[in-house]
Amino acid sequence: MTEKRALRKAGQRSRRSKVNRIGLERTAYRAGESTLCPGCGHDSISNQIISSAYDLGLEQHKVIKLSGIGCSSKTPAYFLGSSHGFNSIHGRMPSVATGALLANHSLTAIAISGDGDTGSIGLGQYKHLIRRNLPMVYIIENNGVYGLTKGQFSATADEGQFLKYYGKNDLPPIDLCLEAIIGGATFVARSFSGDAKQVQTLLKAALAHRGTAILDIISPCVTFNNAPDSTKSYPFGKENETPLHEITYVPDHVIGREEIVIEEQTAGEIIIVELHDGSRIQLKQVDREYDPRQRRAALQLLEEAQREQLFLTGLLYYEEPRLLLSETLNLSETPLAELSERASRPTATQLEQTLARM
Amino acid sequence: MALPERELTIPQETATIHNFAFTVATKNGSGSQTSNNVLVRALFRMGIAVNGKNLFPSNIKGLPTWYTIRVSQDGYQARREITEIAIVMNEQTAAEDIANLPPGGVCILPEEWNWTQSREDCHYYAIPVRQTIRQFEIPRERREQVGNMVYVGVVAQLFGIPLELLWEALLDNFGGRKRPAQMNQQIIEAAHDWAADHLEKQDPYRFARDDQTEGKLLITGNEAAALGSLFGGVNLVSWYPITPSTSLVDAVLTHKSLRDDEEGKSTVAVIQAEDEIAAVGMVVGASWAGARAMTSTSGPGISLMSEFVGLAYFAEIPIVIWDITRMGPSTGLPTRTSQGDLLFSHYLGHGDSRQLVLLPGTMAECFEFGWRAFDIADLRQTPVLVLSDLDLGMNLWMTAPFAYPDQPIQRGKRLGKIDLEEFFAEKGEWYRFRDYDGDGVPYRTVPGTDHPRAAYFARGSGHNEMGMYSERSDDWVQNMERLQRKFEGAREILPQPIREDAPDGTPIGILTFGSNETAILETRAWLAQDGIATDYLRVRALPLAREVHDFVREHDRVYVTENNYDGQLAQILRLELTDLSLSHLVSLALGDALPMTPDWLYRRIREEEGIA
Repeated sequence: MTEKRALRKAGQRSRRSKVNRIGLERTAYRAGESTLCPGCGHDSISNQIISSAYDLGLEQHKVIKLSGIGCSSKTPAYFLGSSHGFNSIHGRMPSVATGALLANHSLTAIAISGDGDTGSIGLGQYKHLIRRNLPMVYIIENNGVYGLTKGQFSATADEGQFLKYYGKNDLPPIDLCLEAIIGGATFVARSFSGDAKQVQTLLKAALAHRGTAILDIISPCVTFNNAPDSTKSYPFGKENETPLHEITYVPDHVIGREEIVIEEQTAGEIIIVELHDGSRIQLKQVDREYDPRQRRAALQLLEEAQREQLFLTGLLYYEEPRLLLSETLNLSETPLAELSERASRPTATQLEQTLARM
Repeated sequence: MALPERELTIPQETATIHNFAFTVATKNGSGSQTSNNVLVRALFRMGIAVNGKNLFPSNIKGLPTWYTIRVSQDGYQARREITEIAIVMNEQTAAEDIANLPPGGVCILPEEWNWTQSREDCHYYAIPVRQTIRQFEIPRERREQVGNMVYVGVVAQLFGIPLELLWEALLDNFGGRKRPAQMNQQIIEAAHDWAADHLEKQDPYRFARDDQTEGKLLITGNEAAALGSLFGGVNLVSWYPITPSTSLVDAVLTHKSLRDDEEGKSTVAVIQAEDEIAAVGMVVGASWAGARAMTSTSGPGISLMSEFVGLAYFAEIPIVIWDITRMGPSTGLPTRTSQGDLLFSHYLGHGDSRQLVLLPGTMAECFEFGWRAFDIADLRQTPVLVLSDLDLGMNLWMTAPFAYPDQPIQRGKRLGKIDLEEFFAEKGEWYRFRDYDGDGVPYRTVPGTDHPRAAYFARGSGHNEMGMYSERSDDWVQNMERLQRKFEGAREILPQPIREDAPDGTPIGILTFGSNETAILETRAWLAQDGIATDYLRVRALPLAREVHDFVREHDRVYVTENNYDGQLAQILRLELTDLSLSHLVSLALGDALPMTPDWLYRRIREEEGIA
């Protein structure tokens, strides 16, 4: 830590000694300084992760951060400095996360990927991860472009779009939310890194989801893909983002304490999604009538959005999650990584008996 | 040392009492595997040293397949070039199978073919396969499979296998279920009785009870490896189906209940991944998070895994990979054996990296390296590859029962919450990649450790000893130097070579690794009969142990014997033993996709010794 930063940190501490429910300040959830371009959408997402973790009072040793390769995949080094992190290889983070979460099913993963990492090299692992259902929030920081290699189109770039590096993009985009829903995901949301409040709400809800939650967050690349005609740019996002609902997340401890009364709201206007830990997502309709619990409606909505280049954000799809993979595999209650020697090695008698049967 | 002048004569089996080999030629998918297994198991129950090898095609149904069974009074288990008896059940290959018989050989074939006897110097037994089956009400879909029991019955009668032992072997095969065993046994008995009434024994071959299998068992290397892994505390096995490694994971599933906890829940997660990249990715993730994880694959899978292995090497994550080697390059011969992944495994990964490789050569070692691989990986915090092959992995071998692990599970330098508190109290710091002990092996923590300073950031990109991202040349070099220390130190804790010297000294050394053990054992005995004494060393791990250096230095001629085309072990010796003149290394590389025979090796060594 530089001296300047230490001073600044100390200053913050004295100015507002606000702590969360486990007695930590917001700064405790920070990590290294970002080395991304100033103004990068990814940094605001990292900030929302920090804020959400602080607000929820997450215990950092219960969280793991994982990523693949690319600009977005650098970001786990910039939040939750007391969580174990793993910057793995390009497009293959889902398998690493799967192994880690089976090794220790008491952990929750915050997984960061990009549109290249997920939509191209990692599309196969993305879809197979979704089939397996693990406790993780999978964030795609989607900017439609390869940043670290200086501006090639990614598979989510707009058809017909023009970029300096390549010229015109002749191929249609892959919609990663559509892929997720078709693949069997149970929590699928889209957001915009310029909409901090929504990102934060969705993050909190996703962390409470008992399974893999997909967040496709349009996160503009200010260096290579920020022209107003790109659907992945700030100007486009600011102009066109259309939230499907006004979304609120009510954590379980708040529900217990404040006895929020929802009955006052008229039915039809508000959709309440109860999550397994007792927390709730409340969705208040804005424009169109849309219930994210209808699979076919979700698919239709996304097709319409793609056709009309609509930037619809919010919770796109939700269903009761299936069993977690650790439950499907009937794994021991004790995390596998923490088993005793006795539980890890059968006895000499068992070896004798097994061999005697051969 | 002068060698006696003698004609090159490959020793013929002198005794005909279970000292011969037979080949069963059938069509793939016809169910002959059951018949052959039953024969092998019944012979084993007679106390006869037996080895069965399946030479099968990459095919589900229809292509020719051969099964060879070797019985030996001296306990030899290697494949022989010549088999004295051919059970010819596939008309497509019949002419060639018969032509391959030695003079005096035996041919058993279906009488319904009306085959003309083409070899005057062989004994023919034509047997009524279709007729025998017709006597029984066998469901149509079972007829072909139980048809193969006809030759079992005839072999039992002609060469002498007691029917009750076949019954026991059948029960074994069907997991104790009497109904399918009975269906097969009635065919065996009918064929046996028919042979007693109709065949006149012309050949000299027969089986007799022996005492060579007392206290031993029959097992495949893959099953031994699976058991070893389960006794090594494996927590996660992720894999993608590939011949010839699939049966390793099948065996993990069979025996996984050994590791159920008190509530009947499993301490082993087995996942079929979408490909080998995901399979090894899960292993990397699980091992990083503190579990013991492995995958099992073959050459093409290793190719796909190489990027992750490089990551595990550089991020210092202990993982275990079994490579049940098959013949490459490329798809190659997927169902044929090879030792062709030695160089690839050792140097796997781009950039400057070398991997630890274990080289089992027996069933006992498949079991032992099964558990030991995890200890070594944890002790060195690095990938460990275990190179078995199709011959070891998929064929049935006779072995003494396995020794229970002789030491407790070793997790290496892993710091839990309390260890970490003590570490901080003593040293005032903990950094993930700092070499506190001078052996290059740092201390690690795992996720879930409830200590505010337990976390670190694992990455495959450049980092300093504090685990921070770094592109500095001095950080890079310092890290590589530490990794080098770690690698060099591994030589001491890896399985040391097996060495057997001739009693009175000899200038000739035979150096090998893996499954060639049995062929070499027999070759050495034949050479000894010719008055040619040999010393023997079998490498059991890479990087090479010091003892290999000594062995090469001490001999005038060193025959580096291996089953690949390129002579890969010889290449590694040439790269590593830089202070020796290696003009005396002779590479004897087979690489014909079949298990090595003593016939070939004996011939080759005699040629090289100038006694052709």
